[in-house]
Amino acid sequence: MVLERSRPGVIPHAAGEPGEPVGEPSIVPEMIANPAGSVTIALAQFYPRLGDVAANLAAHLTTIDGAAAAGAGLVVFPELSLTGYFLKDQVPEVALTIDSSEVGALRDASRERGVDIVAGLILESGEHRFHNAALYISGGEVVHVHRKVYLPTYGLFDEQRYVAAGDRFRAFDAPLGGRADHRWRAGILICEDLWHPSAASLLARQGVDLIICPSASPGRGQLQGEALGTASSYDVMTRTYAQLFTTYVLYCNRSGFEDGVGFWGGSRVVDPMGAVVAEVRGTHESVLVHSLERSAIRRARVAYPLLRDERNDVNDAETDRLRRRHARG
Amino acid sequence: MSTTPRPIDSDADTLAVDAPFVIELLRGFIADGVRKVGFERVIVGLSGGVDSSLVTALAVSSLGADSVVALFMPYRSSDPQSLIDALAVCESVGIKAEIVDITPQVDTYFDRFPDADRTRRGNKMARERMSILYDHSMAERALVLGTSNKTELLLGYGTLFGDMASALNPIGDLYKTQVYALARALGLPQSVLTKAPSADLWVGQSDEDELGMRYAVVDQVLHLLIDERRSKAEVMALGFDAAEVDAIVARVRGSQYKRRPPVIAKLSNRTIDREFRYPRDWGR
Repeated sequence: MVLERSRPGVIPHAAGEPGEPVGEPSIVPEMIANPAGSVTIALAQFYPRLGDVAANLAAHLTTIDGAAAAGAGLVVFPELSLTGYFLKDQVPEVALTIDSSEVGALRDASRERGVDIVAGLILESGEHRFHNAALYISGGEVVHVHRKVYLPTYGLFDEQRYVAAGDRFRAFDAPLGGRADHRWRAGILICEDLWHPSAASLLARQGVDLIICPSASPGRGQLQGEALGTASSYDVMTRTYAQLFTTYVLYCNRSGFEDGVGFWGGSRVVDPMGAVVAEVRGTHESVLVHSLERSAIRRARVAYPLLRDERNDVNDAETDRLRRRHARG
Repeated sequence: MSTTPRPIDSDADTLAVDAPFVIELLRGFIADGVRKVGFERVIVGLSGGVDSSLVTALAVSSLGADSVVALFMPYRSSDPQSLIDALAVCESVGIKAEIVDITPQVDTYFDRFPDADRTRRGNKMARERMSILYDHSMAERALVLGTSNKTELLLGYGTLFGDMASALNPIGDLYKTQVYALARALGLPQSVLTKAPSADLWVGQSDEDELGMRYAVVDQVLHLLIDERRSKAEVMALGFDAAEVDAIVARVRGSQYKRRPPVIAKLSNRTIDREFRYPRDWGR
């Protein structure tokens, strides 16, 4: 895959003005050791071979080597990057357990290369449930597992037929390959999770600096205006969440075709002001390398203290009221 | 035929396409679909009409002239202009057309069934062409590209196992008016862009005469019904002719069987395509 280094500065079309706070962000953010710190990340816009875990794992390892050589502390792969997306009846055939040799190979790579990895797979539980999951792997360990909560089963999607839904959105400390000199809180949302603002809001409330979104988004919809309808939707969502929750959003979409469906790529880094600061312009396979600046988060939260001002008490009270009303029927 | 202008959405052309963007996507679709199954080349049944001309041009743009075989398969009653147009298309994209005249095999067959009507003859011709295409597909190691657009697929205006047969269809999700937009953007010869759409089974045959509707209207109605999922009543309320909308809906329903694989009697627990569900790109 081609390594694309992001150019300095903001991609012009994407900068925006702040909106009203709508989410329910923030309690945690711990004091940062070095507000001037930065860490390099890589988004691997990858074309997995459908159902061929061995080939995909080999490609992951090669890409991980390249990302580590480029100084990245984290390399993100798209949704279901080890398996491909429209698996259908292949789901149980390509499923991996957390202690599988394939996950072991990624753990080894993370330790040996000093780079954290977010990779997508079908994860089989002890009860033989199959989840569309993303692993955050660091220093030889699986640090965090996110099981996709929102499984689209409409239009061209049929996920609930084949996989089980996750039930939580949890933030975690992202070591970023040990290359960051302060704490970064991260959360993962897989593709459709992004379409439910409560998910991003829950992560923001847990103090994330970074929303990592592995995606397998098929291009479709309007054929006007140099982008498919879906690409426009993700443009709006990634910029909106970054801005309202004053976090980085790392959106890593896949490339390639499955059964005539094209995945539109467009992987991007959106900064905490909602500006697209790095982007793969196209559907081709590519590794986008970009440096995240801790100071950008600080600047955004100084200018727009939306998380500080978030009324979690109001949100909680209203949610409780609705829950009680619902319980009464 | 409806001549009533649509009272709303008059500014928004819902069928407009960003041609360079869609062409780029379809180039990728063809290259990926061909190479992933171990082929390097494609074959197209080129009639000189806009659909097969567009597919030929897209294929050349995607794979290069050396990787595209265009097969022109006239019958004795085909319009002579069709050959002129097909050759012009080939010249414009830098390939040569191969010509296989289907007259002998079709006439030999119908000598035995002289009472066959136009429809039977037309279907037979379409299936002869399919059979020749697939034979050449084997000989040339070239995958068959489909040339049916979304309008005719939805209306069932095609021959099952004839012109509807293919391995990959780059234009099956584009309405006829969108096909024209892409063909214009790719600079196809003027005659291809301006002549009346025709199955060309005989001189003077016209799609729009046979359908009793104009593509410009049909495409808008189909887009509303299929893509926007509007009800028949909603479409009529937008000012489209009620009888025409009824006729379109009837055609779409009536031809559903043509868009599905043959029905298999359900017996086991895992019937093909019902519980046995694998992507076509299984292992690709």
